[in-house]
Amino acid sequence: MFDAVQRNLPFLLAGFLMNLQLAACALAGGIFLGMLVGLGRISKRRWIYGPVTAYVNVLRNIPLILVIFWFYFVMPILVGKTLHPFVSAAISFIVFEATYFGEIFRAGYQSISRDLVAAAYSTGLTYWQTARYIMIPIAFRRMLPSMITQSIITFQDTSLAYVIGLQEMVRRTTIVDSMEVRSIELYGFVAVMFFVFCFAGSRVSRYFEEKSRKANIL
Amino acid sequence: MLAYKFDWSVLWRQPYGEWLLSGIWLTIQLGLLAWVIALFLGIFLGTLRSSHWPWLKFLGSLYVEVFRNVPFLVQLFFWFYAGPMLFGKELQFKINAISGLNYYVAIIGLGLYTASRVAEHVRAGFASIGQGQFQAALSTGMTHLQMYWYVIIPYALRVIVPPLTTEFLTIFKNSSVAMTIGVAETTFVSYKIDNETFHGLEATTGAMLVYLVLGFCVVKLMGIVETKVRIPGLVSR
Repeated sequence: MFDAVQRNLPFLLAGFLMNLQLAACALAGGIFLGMLVGLGRISKRRWIYGPVTAYVNVLRNIPLILVIFWFYFVMPILVGKTLHPFVSAAISFIVFEATYFGEIFRAGYQSISRDLVAAAYSTGLTYWQTARYIMIPIAFRRMLPSMITQSIITFQDTSLAYVIGLQEMVRRTTIVDSMEVRSIELYGFVAVMFFVFCFAGSRVSRYFEEKSRKANIL
Repeated sequence: MLAYKFDWSVLWRQPYGEWLLSGIWLTIQLGLLAWVIALFLGIFLGTLRSSHWPWLKFLGSLYVEVFRNVPFLVQLFFWFYAGPMLFGKELQFKINAISGLNYYVAIIGLGLYTASRVAEHVRAGFASIGQGQFQAALSTGMTHLQMYWYVIIPYALRVIVPPLTTEFLTIFKNSSVAMTIGVAETTFVSYKIDNETFHGLEATTGAMLVYLVLGFCVVKLMGIVETKVRIPGLVSR
């Protein structure tokens, strides 16, 4: 029954690898930029806080597909030549996901109570020691579950690079399906592949959440 | 930087202006109709997940896990291309002959997907209700079904209005994925304008503004709903 999938397995899996690569780029860039965005969102300087907040609020209210298209159209004008769909998609993902990671970082930072910091200072810790041994470890453990969840969403979103013709798994499946006309098996296979990865990820996220809850950190 | 001549008139010049308007109208239709499905199915599934019978609980969880862990684009393609095949050869041709099939598939697909997200909020809403409420309802002589219908669901719905606002916003954003099966909503139109005029930058920027305005309207509307249904003394803002 699954012979159509079997025949095209290497072709399809190469596409899935591209989803993974795109997600890796999006996460590396998105988390780094998100860290800066998170810092900007808690800044007391208005000229930093204002633009960063506007950036976050605008991007979060626009569909990702549109952002992918927008960068696909704007990059040739800025750079002067057409970029590879992968590069164009990676840039749009980094800019888009950074707003979501930025909000996670902001929430993590704001979850640290003033009393905790004051207590750390009163034991004689310096500012950097407080950050290194108290604030960062606690904020990190609080943020970890939502970071993993957002990473799963990012991974699912990579399928949208389909729209600018990137040869990722969904695009490759449509190509195979147009020849084989075995839609149930082919699209079912894509769904199962994504499901296995994302479900495993959601379990990991839940594990860390439970762990933090038991340690009374949340 | 290339010399690029901006031509913003692609946003209102005929026929593009008319395309854009009909695209916006389609986006609104998709969002609202799918929201009806998502809300009813989501409440039903959320209730299943909170029930005391393990089998119903399992069914609810299975639905939510499957629909949350598969990208919406893949779901949409599955319903559009494989969906009709699930009904057998004879019906398949009849279904494929329906005009505007992609429009219906988009609404149903979007509704089924969003239902899984609504279900999670409904479940969280149930979890936030104290055990006393359940016991009090049962002690008045209500059956389990009556308890859910008259006491727990109305209560939970009022508690979860804020997170549902987010989902309502998301459903309009997600409706843009319907362009991949050829539904001529806002994003599709902006792409089509690029095909005709090579001014995709202006077209997509215009489409972004449309989504921002739409989102703003939803937030304002839900703000009114939130103040109307707020449970006095429970949610303080």
